Formats: sequence, C-alpha cells, structure tokens
Amino acid sequence: MKILIDEGKCVGAGTCVLAAADVFDQRDEDGIVVLLDADPPHTSLPQVRDAAARCPALAIEVVE
Amino acid sequence: MTNTQPTKTQPSKTQPTVRSCPFDPPEEYRTLREQEPVAPMTFPDGAAGWLVTRYDDVRTVLSDPRFSAKRGILRPGGSEGEDIPAPPPGLFIMMDAPEHTRFRRLLTGQFTVRRMRQLTPAVEKIVAEQLNAMAAAEGPVDLVQAFALPIPSLVICELLGVPYADREEFQRYSATIVRLNSSLEEFQQAQAAMRGFIHQLVLAKRENPTDDILSELVRSGELTDEELTGVGVLLLIAGHETTANMIALSTMCLLQNPEQLAALRADPSLMDSAVEELLRYLSVIQFGVRRTALEDVELHGRQIKEGSMVVASLSSGNRDAAHLADDPELLDVARAHSPHLAFGHGIHQCLGQQLARAEMKAALSALLDRFPALQLAVPVEQVPMRDDMLVYGVHELPVTW
Repeated sequence: MKILIDEGKCVGAGTCVLAAADVFDQRDEDGIVVLLDADPPHTSLPQVRDAAARCPALAIEVVE
Repeated sequence: MTNTQPTKTQPSKTQPTVRSCPFDPPEEYRTLREQEPVAPMTFPDGAAGWLVTRYDDVRTVLSDPRFSAKRGILRPGGSEGEDIPAPPPGLFIMMDAPEHTRFRRLLTGQFTVRRMRQLTPAVEKIVAEQLNAMAAAEGPVDLVQAFALPIPSLVICELLGVPYADREEFQRYSATIVRLNSSLEEFQQAQAAMRGFIHQLVLAKRENPTDDILSELVRSGELTDEELTGVGVLLLIAGHETTANMIALSTMCLLQNPEQLAALRADPSLMDSAVEELLRYLSVIQFGVRRTALEDVELHGRQIKEGSMVVASLSSGNRDAAHLADDPELLDVARAHSPHLAFGHGIHQCLGQQLARAEMKAALSALLDRFPALQLAVPVEQVPMRDDMLVYGVHELPVTW
C-alpha cells in the first residue's frame, strides 16, 4: 500500500487523524496533514481507506 | 422528460420545513431522495434554485469547485439570478480557493485534534462549574440557559479573547442573524452590530494583545482590521450557536430514546460513537448549505445553469439509506463510526469540528453522570423547537433530576 497526500489541498479538518491516528497527524503550526507512516502494515488498510474517504478536501490517495 | 429551470413564473416546490417528529428531517426528503434527487425548489427565504438530497450528491456539490461558496449562507432577501456580491471582508465561509485558503490556513493550527484534546480538561472544568450551579438551583431549570449555551459560549470566548460578560449582547445579535424570519433590515442591523462589537475588540487587541486567537491573528500581521472583524464574527457565531444546540437537542433526543440512553450509561466508552451518531441523526444545520453554480453542471439529468443556486441538504444526506444500509432512520449510539455530513464536506468542512466533539463529549458525559434521574419537566410536545432558526435545536429545555 502506498499513501499519497496533497498538502496543498489539505484544509486541516483532522478527520484523517480520527480515522487512522497511527498513520496521520497534523502539524502544530497550521494543522496540515503529516504522514507518519507512508507504508503502513496491511492490517491498517481499512482505517487508511476510511481516512481517505472521509477527507473533505480529497487530499489523501491510497494506492494498493 | 423536459428539464426546466426554476423561475419565478414556474412555481416550484418549496423546501420542506415541517417535521412530524422533532428529531427527524421533514418526511418529504425521503421521497425527494428516491424520486427527485435534484429538485427545483423555492427556499424558505423566497429564493429559487435546486435542492440536492442524496448523500453522494451532497458530497459532490460541496467538494466540486464548479460550485462556489459565494453567497453560500441562507439569508433573508436572497434570490436567484442576482449578481454575486463580494463576501464581506473576512467571512471566509463565503469564499472560494485560493482566497478562502489564506484565511483557513491562519486558523487550522488553532483547531487541530491535538489542540482540542489539550483543551479538554479546561472544557471539563467549565462543564463541572455549570453542573454545580444547576445542582444548587431548585429544579426545574432550562438546560439551554443553564448548561448547553454557557459551555460553548465560555469556551469560544476564552479561545477568541471575547469578554464573556458581553454574552447577552453577542448572543442577541447572533440569534437575529440565524433567525429565519428576521427581516432583511433586522438581519443587516444585527450583522452590523456584531461587526461593530468585534471591531472594537480587534482595536483593543491591537493596543493590548492577550493570549487568544484574535490577538494572535493581530500579531500575525496577515489581516486587515476589517478582515479580522469578519473572522471574529464568524468564529463567535459558529463557535456557540451550533454546539449549544447540539448539546441541548442531543440531551432531549437521548431522554426520548431511553434504551439508547441506558446503553450509553451502561457503557461510557460508547460516547465517541454516540456523539458521531447524534451529529448525524440530528444534523442541526437544518436547511443545508447553499452554493452557486459557476458554470452549467448536469446532475442526475438536471441541467443546473451557471449562476443557479444549489442547496445541499446535510440532514437529508445523513438519512440516505443508499449510504447507510443499516437503517439510517434509527438512532444507534453504538453504530460503527461511519462518515456523515453534519459538519459539511469540501474545503469548508467545519473548522471547529474537533472542538465541537470535545465539548459534546465533555458536556454529555458529565451531565448523564451527574444527574442519573434527569428528565424533561414538561410534556415533550411542549418543548419549543427551533423550526424558525437556521440552526435547529430547542429554544428551551425544562428539566428536573
């Protein structure tokens, strides 16, 4: 699994952090998404997919 | 079938507003979702356009840049076909990217998941103080005035740097702004008064900065006083109206669903999912979110012409069985966390959503814990519902314990 994030699109809503806290975080200064783990274990795929589906700004892409 | 544009000479349906149950959207929405997912519509303020009711379509309208947020809020006196006026300075919910991005980026750092979790002890302290005051009073009390409204008001005042002592003033302006039947004059007066109130505060922060969001924005040097004022107005209204109504309406809804309330009391770890479910189920932005088509767009065979207004119904999308197979009409506090539209979607999705979650969790947990025998003090039919406000909820909620 590969995760692509687009910081330019991110609006800092934090929905990805709620969905998959092991994989996504937010920068303290502006709330923009930080990818903690670009290649997480396969077991976290449902959470990562959920994060991508929830993202209001469509800033997360999951390549399986 | 001929697709026609709604015009003033072709009367279209009016947006459904009459509820048969205080916790459900008007029943017509179900028919609209099934039979006419993009429907020509006249809105409660007299404006004409299209109403979009399915979950997927609501997400499309709110995330597709062909739909502009300019003129994005329902307000008296609006009508289709007018030139789109520039949004008031700083009112970034009515802006598109990249203008919107400049404002949002200045604020997102203040509302992250981590920041809001750090704020939770302070919110819990405020909640405990309100409960102490309630417990000291002889019941019945109005839960809105004693609990639901003070909590988010105190929190947003503290965050923004607004004196809580001025709450009667700003709550009055805010109520006029979100009241559907305010005249255009009343609406404009309240808006101007609210701007004046925040503008004075911005000037004071320039003189004497304190430790709060308004002062930090002043210090950043990124915004003019006019823009700062618009941002302040927006955060103050959005920060207290919505959450206050969610806390009071959620309480009423749980009291009317005793099995769900018992399940939540028996297993407090359900609070996270309960909050998401209440957000979905109650969807207090009851008339939806307004957008303007920047070009001709086809949706479900309907030709939405450039300049047309489109309203995306959050409450209807949240009851869409095509999205939520497991009976969306049921309140289920243990429902597996599924995406919902209560905070909107797209680049304007609620900036303060993590704050709202933190406040709802702290408030509902402590309230249920403190008053095990909490109950309505009047028959449910006598609770005055906010059918007349842009933000749904209860005007009053008399309770005893």
